[in-house]
Amino acid sequence: MNEATALDFNKNARSAVKDETLRAALQRGGAHFQGNRRAAIDTLPEFDRLRDEGRAIKDEVLENLDHYLEIFETNAQAAGGSVHWARDAAEARNIVLDICRSVDARTVNKGKTMIAEEIGLNEFLEENDIRPVETDLGEYIIQLRHERPSHIIAPAVHLTKGQVEQTFRKEHDDLDPNRSLEEPIELVAEARQVLRQKYFEAEVGITGANFLIAETGSSVIVTNEGNGDLSQILPRVHIVLASLEKVVPTLEDASTLMRLLARSATGQEMSVYTTVSTGPRRAADLDGPEQYHVILLDNGRSGMLGTEFQDMLRCIRCGACMNHCPVYQSVGGHTYGWVYVGPMGAVLTPQFVGVDTANHLPNASSFCGRCEEVCPMRIPLPKMMRHWREQAFEGGQVTGIQRRALKLWAYVAQRPRLYHRLARLPVGVLRRLAGRRGRLRSLPMGTAWTAHRDFPAPQGKTFQEQWAAQGGRTA
Amino acid sequence: MQVALFVTCLVDLFRPSVGFAAVKLLENAGCEVTVPAAQTCCGQPAYNSGDRADARAIAKQVIATFEGYDHVVAPSGSCAGMLRKHYQALLGSDPAWADRAAALASRSHELTSFLTDVCGVDQVDAAYAGTITYHDSCSGLRELDVQKQPRALLATVRDAHLRELPGANVCCGFGGTFCVKYPDVSNRMAEDKAADIVGTGADTVLAGDLGCLMQIAGKLQRQGVNIKVRHVAEVLADQGADPAIGEAQ
Repeated sequence: MNEATALDFNKNARSAVKDETLRAALQRGGAHFQGNRRAAIDTLPEFDRLRDEGRAIKDEVLENLDHYLEIFETNAQAAGGSVHWARDAAEARNIVLDICRSVDARTVNKGKTMIAEEIGLNEFLEENDIRPVETDLGEYIIQLRHERPSHIIAPAVHLTKGQVEQTFRKEHDDLDPNRSLEEPIELVAEARQVLRQKYFEAEVGITGANFLIAETGSSVIVTNEGNGDLSQILPRVHIVLASLEKVVPTLEDASTLMRLLARSATGQEMSVYTTVSTGPRRAADLDGPEQYHVILLDNGRSGMLGTEFQDMLRCIRCGACMNHCPVYQSVGGHTYGWVYVGPMGAVLTPQFVGVDTANHLPNASSFCGRCEEVCPMRIPLPKMMRHWREQAFEGGQVTGIQRRALKLWAYVAQRPRLYHRLARLPVGVLRRLAGRRGRLRSLPMGTAWTAHRDFPAPQGKTFQEQWAAQGGRTA
Repeated sequence: MQVALFVTCLVDLFRPSVGFAAVKLLENAGCEVTVPAAQTCCGQPAYNSGDRADARAIAKQVIATFEGYDHVVAPSGSCAGMLRKHYQALLGSDPAWADRAAALASRSHELTSFLTDVCGVDQVDAAYAGTITYHDSCSGLRELDVQKQPRALLATVRDAHLRELPGANVCCGFGGTFCVKYPDVSNRMAEDKAADIVGTGADTVLAGDLGCLMQIAGKLQRQGVNIKVRHVAEVLADQGADPAIGEAQ
């Protein structure tokens, strides 16, 4: 279930960079998100102060996570809700299944939740004869296409509107072939028409949570389509899937983080819908679910506390890191081969599927640092990718020629006299190979470079050689 | 002012003229320049490959070699960033080395920022007939805040016209060993960078790191684009008439 193909990163990347349709979609998405974020932040002078506040809120929670989770549990139960603790993906899936079976559910509506992706919920429900229906437009599109999200907030960002039209024409039986679906608004109208009916069929609604509020026992989701509200209000049962670190002490804290989240994600001041859910419907309520469940998923997160990866648990899933990552923007989310993508995925995925499977992800970064620069929670993403590289190296996963070459280089680099003597050799050889030309079109040992670029030849003698020869000061 | 030049391994091997340009600029700014012979590399290949033990050993060697000078200057934001930011991460918990790493960090600089921010240089004596665009190398930009300094100095080069590069702050795809470990991704990034450079209409592109410059030159030349690629120090030191990177000697 939910198999990771991160081992194939390089192969995935090779085909992704040749896909011109993907390229057009990524360029459009990247420019859109980057431009909107910039504009939103330029009009909020206190943005950096807000980032410090947000970081402090999450750091306080992470230092006292058990404390805040217990307060949340007590208050959620006091409001009539049920709280379930899931150690891993399998436990979480089974809790969902038990709840669905208890009400004889045949269909569940899903608001957008990455935790459901993390635990492979859709496939599991289908195996158990329960039909999951995605209600977020992007999630709905990729569900029709049997794809994974390629982005944590824009799951179908890898598609062009032409591809969406094709998908609807193929999958929607009642769609009039003559009806125009050229404009995005027409695509939205078509999806809305199909989805509206499904809302009324489901016995259970499953959503994620952007925040859990300890002081009130509430869950909070933000959406731009209103699908979350319908998913959770219309069915008889509402299940919230949330990971442990989503808890914050107060509504005020959530409000601070929401100001960061929307601006960093889409450049909005606030998402269009912010929905706070506290328990099931009360006697006087006009609507709402009869049951309200929160599943608190650990899945290895508590093991990150107190380690060099603790800061990653500050992540509020805005997607700014991937929107600004030149690697993500070159290859798209599917290349990463699991649920979480881009820089945040490069840190999280090894945690969930093992660094042996996902070792490419923290390595496939030029360490340009743009992710950390835009992260609203100031998560040092490159530093944590480097920690994964260290674990892989120290764990013996870097092997063969790569390890031997590095060790040999390091040995020589620690012996300056040997280093300078040896350095002259490749410089001389490359210079002679280049002849009068300034560059080489191919290198016997360097095809990884010369497959795509010329190799500038060395000018001649090394700097150190020339400096010594002209009597320059060396000590 | 006693300044030790951290040549950087790429400049030492591939483009010594950048080192000589740095020496000239530093001497013109009144510095007495030494190039310690015991230097090799800042250790980034080990550090970024996860080989912490070797990275630490090299960091200690660099610290010991460069301890006796008022300042340490590198014609590279990447290597200067390594000395300034990362040695402390490597050695901060080692009581015998933490203070020495911090001391070196506080005295280490990228070349153009050292000239403007420490030496107070606001003008260079150089001419360059051409339209120049400038790529901000990632480490210098984001670790050391090098952005205005090279542009301020370039603005004083006679006959040169500066044209801003759209996406100047986006990585060129070099990234050290990244460029050979993930060649297809690196190439895509290089293609994007090359397209942006060509789009400016400039005849010359400059940057402050030789790694990026080799990536950019290699890509432009493979595409048959005739845009000269040089290190910013070479133009500032009035060596702009010499063959550009990858050009016939």
